[in-house]
Amino acid sequence: MRPEFDHDESVPHTHPEPGVDPHAPLPAAARALRVGIGGPVGSGKTALVAALCRAFADELRLGVVTNDIYTTEDADFLKRAGVLDPARIRAVETGCCPHTAIRDDIGANLDAIDELIEALGPLDLVLVESGGDNLTATFSRGLVDRQIFVVDVAGGDKVPRKGGPGVTAADLLVINKTDLASMVGADLSVMDRDARARRGDLPTVFQSITEDPLATRVAGWIRHELAHHRSATAHADHPVPAGQA
Amino acid sequence: MRATARLVARADRHGRTTLAELRGESPLLLRQVPASDGGVTVYVVGGAAGPLAGDDLRLEIEVDQGARVRVHTVAASIALPGRPGAVSRMLVRASVSEQAVLHWLPEQLVAAAGCAHVADAQVDVAAGGTLHWRDELICGRHGEQPGDVEINTWVDLAGRPLLRQSLAVGPNAPGWAGPAVLAGAPATGSLLVVDPTRPPEPPAVWPTHARLPLAGGPATLWSATAPDAHTLRRYLEPDTRTAELLGVRPESGRGDCADG
Amino acid sequence: MATPTMLLLLADGRFPAGAHAHSAGLEAAVAAGRVRDLATLGEYLRGRLATAGLVAAAFAAASCRAASGSPGPSAVDGHRPAELTHLGVARRAALARLDAELDARTASPAQRTVSRRQGRALRRAGREIWPQATFDDLPATSDGPHQPLVLGLVGVAAGLEPGQVATVAAYATVTGSASAAVRLLGLDPYQVQALLVRLAGDCDAVAARAARAAEQPPERLPAAAAPLADIHAEAHVTWEVRLFAS
Repeated sequence: MRPEFDHDESVPHTHPEPGVDPHAPLPAAARALRVGIGGPVGSGKTALVAALCRAFADELRLGVVTNDIYTTEDADFLKRAGVLDPARIRAVETGCCPHTAIRDDIGANLDAIDELIEALGPLDLVLVESGGDNLTATFSRGLVDRQIFVVDVAGGDKVPRKGGPGVTAADLLVINKTDLASMVGADLSVMDRDARARRGDLPTVFQSITEDPLATRVAGWIRHELAHHRSATAHADHPVPAGQA
Repeated sequence: MRATARLVARADRHGRTTLAELRGESPLLLRQVPASDGGVTVYVVGGAAGPLAGDDLRLEIEVDQGARVRVHTVAASIALPGRPGAVSRMLVRASVSEQAVLHWLPEQLVAAAGCAHVADAQVDVAAGGTLHWRDELICGRHGEQPGDVEINTWVDLAGRPLLRQSLAVGPNAPGWAGPAVLAGAPATGSLLVVDPTRPPEPPAVWPTHARLPLAGGPATLWSATAPDAHTLRRYLEPDTRTAELLGVRPESGRGDCADG
Repeated sequence: MATPTMLLLLADGRFPAGAHAHSAGLEAAVAAGRVRDLATLGEYLRGRLATAGLVAAAFAAASCRAASGSPGPSAVDGHRPAELTHLGVARRAALARLDAELDARTASPAQRTVSRRQGRALRRAGREIWPQATFDDLPATSDGPHQPLVLGLVGVAAGLEPGQVATVAAYATVTGSASAAVRLLGLDPYQVQALLVRLAGDCDAVAARAARAAEQPPERLPAAAAPLADIHAEAHVTWEVRLFAS
């Protein structure tokens, strides 16, 4: 976590002592951008991943790792949805500890990313979807380069005010299911104000996958981050953070 | 009692198996019976009840290139207690050469109350050799708790480790009857099939038995627990088609329930 | 001699080597109705400790022995290159033999996969934490090295002795499944911890036995089998929906 981090200006590679990594990592420019997608149960993470798969299908070499509470539930949803070749999706078992697998003990996810790359060759983008958890779940910087936190209006318009590391520090906050706002009595302006108060300059996106099946704004943000990642890593004289992928 | 028996089989120039050596001593006697397929069938005839604690029995089997041998026992062995502190031992050493076939298909070993028995098997199979090796253990005679039995199996294939397995039951084997090992099943056993002519079979699992392709194959281990000797035998028939004829299919869901 | 803290760090369930995702057959045993409560969990743990725990501890200790007493990169001075090469070859051969011996003790393909996956996870952590350690001496296998072998090398890197490595392995055998039981069955965590406390002596005894066994030739290392462990593992891997990786 890096609450002090200024998204617009920095490159989020804050690992210590460049050059000590023993793996002789891939040339940094060849390494996929890894984006974590977290958020509470039912907030629409998997629907967002599906939308992004559709959006990037013909544009990027994409891999997806899911961390559902039940092994393959989300992976199976994605496979059934037909948005991505099943070979590009891996599921990680989390032993009832979805946040442990993305934060404290990330090896299984790193292995899954390695396996995708072994099977498919180099990738441009890897989406790592966390299991549905609560507002405290965040991704380790050893696992992902950027993280998106997804909440939905049906969870109540107080969610941004409640904060928590996901809402506060995610590189992108997605407030989902805006089409339901009037039905659940959520005030989007309140959510926007609270998100700004919590997040400073970090961006927030309001979206409805129902109205925008390609998640245009999130996809656009990822494109921007990917360009940033590529130029930063291409010019970097140090290896990428932990993990070989 | 100490006893040693030895069996050496060779193939003659017509491909028929002959016994170059067949000798035993009480209580480990060997009897050849006619076999129709050019191979040899030998029965181990228990000359006395037992093994009794204190017994030390050794059987050596050598199957030379091209020879085919089946070994059975005439009845179940019942490991019985002997003098206090004594252990009964049975060691089988077997070597199976290239193009040779050994079927070791004895009747069950029954662990009687108070027994202390160790059954060791050391088998070397050359590349291209065929082995069927079955162990069946019944934990106690009717209604009794078993004494201590340990069945140790070492099998090498082409000079590399293929199977190392020690199964221990009885008062000195913690948790043996518990849900990690046998879950109260009174019968357990395994059948190892090393057969270079048989295509590798994928793993499969039923509620209390499984088909397990080994890493050092071509070889498959059938492993089972069962409520009785008869059921166990059905799971461990050397011809794997028999298991399929039982009409049970590998499970694919969560219906993994105990037999009883 | 390692500090006690190093031993505790390696044994800690929070050591990032993926242990949290493994129930070591418990999830399947629970689904089969064989583990239901504290009493059946206790029997399960006793059986695991005497079988898989003993084997894992013995192989971890044997791997530690095979890899220690030989120079790491930091000990290059004072050894002639030929001597070093010889030691490296011997070490790799010993570890390859242990790998084959452990395969021969793991009849279930699902269990072999799990052991190698866990080995891969532990090696990843080990490489990050001890960049100088000699994990490349492990045999190159496509699906990863067996976990107990990696644990032995991690032990060497951490300065542990074979007996301590065996303790870590035996301890992990019982704590991993116990922790999974708390999550799966909602057992009272105090009662489960009390059960672990009661098993501590057994755990130490298994570790001591494993460490002694590790001095034997590789084919004589313990091979304690449990038919239901194979059956549970093979059943579990077929499930479409599961919480744990094993």
